[in-house]
Amino acid sequence: MPAAGVVLIIAVLLIVLALVYYLVSTIVELRKITAGLDGAIAGVGEIIEKSAPVAAVVQDINRNLDAGVDLLEGLLVKKAGLHDAMGLIDGLYAGAAAEGLRNFPESRTITAPRISEVYTKGTLTLARLGREAPIAVASPAGPVLRNVEGGSLDARSLYPETRQTRPQKLPRSPVIGTGAPVQYEPSEQRGGTTPDEAEIREKGPWAETAAEGIVPAELGGSDAPREMLAEDPQLGSSALGETTGSDTPATESGIDPSAGDDADATSDGGPELPEGAEPDLKDAAAAPRKVDADSADTKDGSAT
Amino acid sequence: MTLWWIGDVLLLVVILPVVVYLLKGVLDAARSIEPSVRRIAAAASAGSKDLDAVPLLLTTQGQVKQTVEVVAGYGGSLDVIIDDAEES
Repeated sequence: MPAAGVVLIIAVLLIVLALVYYLVSTIVELRKITAGLDGAIAGVGEIIEKSAPVAAVVQDINRNLDAGVDLLEGLLVKKAGLHDAMGLIDGLYAGAAAEGLRNFPESRTITAPRISEVYTKGTLTLARLGREAPIAVASPAGPVLRNVEGGSLDARSLYPETRQTRPQKLPRSPVIGTGAPVQYEPSEQRGGTTPDEAEIREKGPWAETAAEGIVPAELGGSDAPREMLAEDPQLGSSALGETTGSDTPATESGIDPSAGDDADATSDGGPELPEGAEPDLKDAAAAPRKVDADSADTKDGSAT
Repeated sequence: MTLWWIGDVLLLVVILPVVVYLLKGVLDAARSIEPSVRRIAAAASAGSKDLDAVPLLLTTQGQVKQTVEVVAGYGGSLDVIIDDAEES
């Protein structure tokens, strides 16, 4: 074999070796790529699977939110009117009125009125309903619902008024009667008796008003020290008198409490008129009234 | 004979280097793809993990529905108790 043939064979062999080396290396790399793509495809498959219901859910959410927006926009415009509605929106979110309402395209052309925190119309409506005005929602006591008194006070506080400068919590007016939080025992008694619980039960609730007694001395009552009283107290003890503080009768025979039980002023009262005499006009007022006389006759008749 | 030698030289000096160059290019390209594929697989896996929160959308859906129902009830009540605006 000539030398040139040997060199040719060697050259071809070298080419084949190079082809084998690089092609095998390429095959190995391609297998790695295939394995990597399998992993990527698996991940993408999970993404597709997990995101499949998203569209339907999001569409449903958007549909519900759209319904809510439609409802709130419609309600606001219906209750406040489109003009005031834009003012209210702009008062809450400055500049928001420029975007207008979604369902009311004409709202974009409306110049929003300046409505600050106080919307008189709404406040009056809330006050009329007995509800707390929005301006007072931040009250430490919390919003008041169906509190006519609270709603009235808050509606009143919307307007400048010097009374608002008074303390928020004035002491409550004193409660009188046996249920009063503070009981003032009378330090003096100028007549009558202080009813106890039994007497109050017997006479009724009206008798409780007497249980508060009179102004105690330490609060400047009439029996307070002279320096606590005004320069010219209206009445002194000598004018007002005082009770004995004892149940002992003032007379020897005492007082017969049953003496008045049989009294009959309607039949026994008045002057003795002569029998058969023509009554004089001046005696007309002394005579018992006809209704009283009739009542007495009825009573006598029923007794007999 | 001379032609044989010329053929040998061409084979060794031209054909073999060209073949080697081309095969090396293919191998380099294949090796450069593999890291990219790995990154794609990692990204797909991370994306799939991020979508694990998708079921929470069902909760959101229910809550939105409830909220809108409450808003509808509240708005309906306001519609009854508050007078409509007077049309000017």
